[in-house]
Amino acid sequence: MTATIVTITSGKGGVGKTTTTANVAIALAELGEKVVCIDGDIGLRNLDIVMGLENRIVYDLVDVIEGRCRLRQAMIRDKRMSELYLIPAAQTRDKSSVSPSDMVRLCDQLRDEFDWVLIDSSAGIERGFRNALAPADIVLVVTNPEVSAVRDADRIIGLVEAEEKGPAKLVINRLNPELVKRGDMLTAEDVVELLAVELVGIVPEDQSVVVSTNRGQPVVMEAKTKAGQAFRNVALRLQGQEVPFLDLDERKDIFQKLSNMLRSGGD
Amino acid sequence: MAAWRSRRSGRSANAAKERLKLVLIHDRTDLTPKAVNNLKNELMEVISRYIAIDPEAVRIAVTQDGREQRLVADIPIKSSTRRKIG
Repeated sequence: MTATIVTITSGKGGVGKTTTTANVAIALAELGEKVVCIDGDIGLRNLDIVMGLENRIVYDLVDVIEGRCRLRQAMIRDKRMSELYLIPAAQTRDKSSVSPSDMVRLCDQLRDEFDWVLIDSSAGIERGFRNALAPADIVLVVTNPEVSAVRDADRIIGLVEAEEKGPAKLVINRLNPELVKRGDMLTAEDVVELLAVELVGIVPEDQSVVVSTNRGQPVVMEAKTKAGQAFRNVALRLQGQEVPFLDLDERKDIFQKLSNMLRSGGD
Repeated sequence: MAAWRSRRSGRSANAAKERLKLVLIHDRTDLTPKAVNNLKNELMEVISRYIAIDPEAVRIAVTQDGREQRLVADIPIKSSTRRKIG
């Protein structure tokens, strides 16, 4: 087994890196892959709570790097999946506790045992980003169809290229089909044209993401949600499969919507 | 109902795209519009020493080709010069 190391990054904060990491990891595990996620955001630990594993942390990434525990001991197994693990970030330390070469060494240790290592990068272009980028085979840049997020994504894509880790692949998160139709949101095509990188996911804005994250059950675990389906497609594309992009045109769902309304009394 | 309302409220996406296009070129090349203008003036000065050009018709721009930036200069030569010499 030789794992592919995927770093999920964005430049701008709050665009959905952690949500993407959690959901793609679970989707890959559901496809029968052996997956480990690393929370690279030291000092701002979040992947654990998004995945619903926050109560099971004993050791963290910095404990492994500083030799206070064995790698195995810091890996939390997600019991809902057969082969999904999380290495949480340290919460009371800062980014400088880990170096890019520490990350490379750690990932080399994981390579033989897993199919995929997913690293959730911190926002920004400093140490946390450098740490997450160093071991990457594939870089996924997450953005939103919005000016500041696209501009920061472009900067990150340039840095990834400069480090010879490119070309990065793009995930457009929180696309609102309603706004796009009205001409008030950049389309996925616009964003791809501006950034000129390969698109591997379009995730629609979906309230189910908030609801499922509240419960610690990433949205991909719910079969019928559009965001869940979109994240599942990202996983399939990472596996090298050709998957058409979802049709996000709401009008097609009108009958489904009507019947839902009738059943739930408006919800 | 939403459809006809959209025609008036819409189109801000176009503004976003156009603004991003310009800002990304400058982010990527580290060239400000002012620097491009200075470049244009100096370039015209040098070229004018050798050939007569029409300053009004000169176009200098950074364009995007995939993730590569290209400096494109379109400098029409005054055709009258040739006839005068010949």
